[in-house]
Amino acid sequence: MKMSGARLLWEALIREGVEVVFGYPGGAIMPVYDAMLDYPVKHVLTRHEQAAGHAADGYARALRHRRKVGVAMATSGPGATNLTTAIATARMDSSPVVFITGQVSASLLGSDAFQETDITGITLPITKHNYLVTRAEDIPRVVREAFHIARTGRPGPVVIDLCKNAQIEEAEWSWPERVDLPGYHPPEKADPQDLERAARLIAEAERPVILAGQGVLMSGAMEELRQLAEKLQAPVAMTLLGLGVLPASHPLSLGMMGMHGEYYTNMAIQHADLLIALGMRFDDRVTGKLETYAPHAKVIHVEIDPAEIHKNVRADVALLGDLKAVLQDLIPLVEPKQPEDWWDQIESWKADTRRRDILYRNQPGPLRAAQAIHDLWKATAGQEVIIATGVGQHQMWTAQYYKLEQPYRLITSGGLGTMGFGLPAGIGAWFAHPEKEVWVIEGDGGFQMTQAELATAVQEGANVKVVIVNNNYLGMVRQWQELFYEKRYSAVLMHNPDFVQLAKAYGIPAMRVTERGQIPQAVAFAREHPGPVVLEFVVEQEEHVFPMVPSGVSLHEMIRRPAGEVVSR
Amino acid sequence: MNPNGPRPHIFIAWVENKPGVLNRVASLFRRRNYNIHSLNVGTTQDPRVSRMTIVVDIEDEKAHLIEANLYKLVNVLDVQDVTDRPAVVRELALIKVKAPPGQRTEIINLAAVYRANIVDVSPETVTVEITGAPEKVDSLIDLLRPAGLVEVVRTGHVAMTRGMAAGHRHLPGANGHRPTV
Repeated sequence: MKMSGARLLWEALIREGVEVVFGYPGGAIMPVYDAMLDYPVKHVLTRHEQAAGHAADGYARALRHRRKVGVAMATSGPGATNLTTAIATARMDSSPVVFITGQVSASLLGSDAFQETDITGITLPITKHNYLVTRAEDIPRVVREAFHIARTGRPGPVVIDLCKNAQIEEAEWSWPERVDLPGYHPPEKADPQDLERAARLIAEAERPVILAGQGVLMSGAMEELRQLAEKLQAPVAMTLLGLGVLPASHPLSLGMMGMHGEYYTNMAIQHADLLIALGMRFDDRVTGKLETYAPHAKVIHVEIDPAEIHKNVRADVALLGDLKAVLQDLIPLVEPKQPEDWWDQIESWKADTRRRDILYRNQPGPLRAAQAIHDLWKATAGQEVIIATGVGQHQMWTAQYYKLEQPYRLITSGGLGTMGFGLPAGIGAWFAHPEKEVWVIEGDGGFQMTQAELATAVQEGANVKVVIVNNNYLGMVRQWQELFYEKRYSAVLMHNPDFVQLAKAYGIPAMRVTERGQIPQAVAFAREHPGPVVLEFVVEQEEHVFPMVPSGVSLHEMIRRPAGEVVSR
Repeated sequence: MNPNGPRPHIFIAWVENKPGVLNRVASLFRRRNYNIHSLNVGTTQDPRVSRMTIVVDIEDEKAHLIEANLYKLVNVLDVQDVTDRPAVVRELALIKVKAPPGQRTEIINLAAVYRANIVDVSPETVTVEITGAPEKVDSLIDLLRPAGLVEVVRTGHVAMTRGMAAGHRHLPGANGHRPTV
């Protein structure tokens, strides 16, 4: 049957299981928006294209276990360029999102036509793949390929740039039976000889540490991870994006590793004689100074992306494949372990950490962000809650103190570190799980980058509870300036609006919290009001996120929390 | 020479013959900050497949990353690092040198020694065409330099491994391959 390219697009998107699209219309994408009215798809109108991109990203991350692909849509030119931050964010964090942009008609390409931008050229280095479509007949095949590429292997964003003539012209509907991508073969199962070699390294190890990354979530290998860890009695450290793959309360969990990882976590890595790296990429925020990283350790690197092997840390054995399949093959090859001396050592590091923890210390004065997030966790723990954050101090405190017991519950920008990600990603996550409550934790800086999305939340009735951790500073930059630039504060002080009044202007119930005791009451207030609520936590202005491994310093040479008198809670 | 230092590595990449693929490959090298020595693209026996020979100055231990990153591009069908494999590596150059009547014979004799051809003669210049291993091309250019080089153009390397083991292992539709690590 012949139909317009715009209709072919929607037919194809429906075929791919698309239910929600986040976007913003404009001239070059109008045929698509017109045809959309005839299809059973929910469109969420954000207030900026970047937010549409982050929302689609948040949606996809919240549905990773279903291998769902997020979709964001924008017009050509500024609409498309406004998506780029969201595309780069999705790329760095391997998030499966298909971005659809309008483009001028094929006959005008290259003529500097109104709102023309070479978005396939611009997004080449920040996409997994991209397409410029000039003919209607190519649309179903391109959509099919784009979704396949976005969701398989190491997931990532794909851009489809649709020329306006291709949206208008008619072509025959045809859905390819199979995807024909001769150059695209993600590895599936590891080589049996490599598995044997890995098993031998594991048998020889006395001080193993498992490093669990987001690949565990993407592969849905939480159960296999738990089995391997328990069989080896090996501690499990997680990357920021891997948090939740093992419950925080699990006795083998060491929490987050790296720049703001706990002392015992990083010490365990530095003293390990074997690192079993699962779906993680040894980012510089994870390793600190590479030359002195885990100096005694052999490395088994399980990865789906061969380009990550030996990139930062040399692997003694690389196991290429889908993590779940690789672990299923590896677990029967390893013998149970009981590394008791190793655990004694780790426990002593843990004890030394505990007495420095801000939670166990009685500090008078203003609200402390870490304590506030801890209390927020207490008030919401065990419930159907998704957390979305921005980037900076509040994000690290969330990673440290919001103890995740389940996977797929933390949505945060890791690799790109995109401020302002929290609110739009949180809105996207709510569309993934409208039955759940989404808590957005943002800083005062990042919140103001995408605060216009409060209107989107109101328009959609999204059950998004926004916590603004307000220290009137760009806190992480301020921290670096204090520690590494002789406290020469440069462009970090924020003169903020009255966030409670601001929320009220959007018709959103809001409350200001200045003391720790108010937090349970604030959470109750947020829950009394369905839909979006804003809570402003006014916190100590000059607080540090500790521990901290300064940039370019060895992992064990971290700045620790000051030791103090322990006060029982 | 530092044994771990950069040296020229020769990669052969089989790519889908589609618009924009060269841009994707070039963009990859730019983005990862790899310095391309030469890049040659041409057709193959299969009209759907183009073949690139890419020479990059890189440390041995990083060469695999280039292979893996190239292979990661959706339009790249296969990649081989043929640096240390038996291979025929050739380059073609056109060298235009100043050749006033008094010097012309010497240049023509030199070209003959290198089995190069004289492809153009003007009152002031001679143009020499040479095909051979890149070192041979270097050497002729060095010898002609004192005469006065007017223009030089080189194609960059093209390479093919020797014997039947060579060549593109995975035609479109074939089963998966992954770079060795």
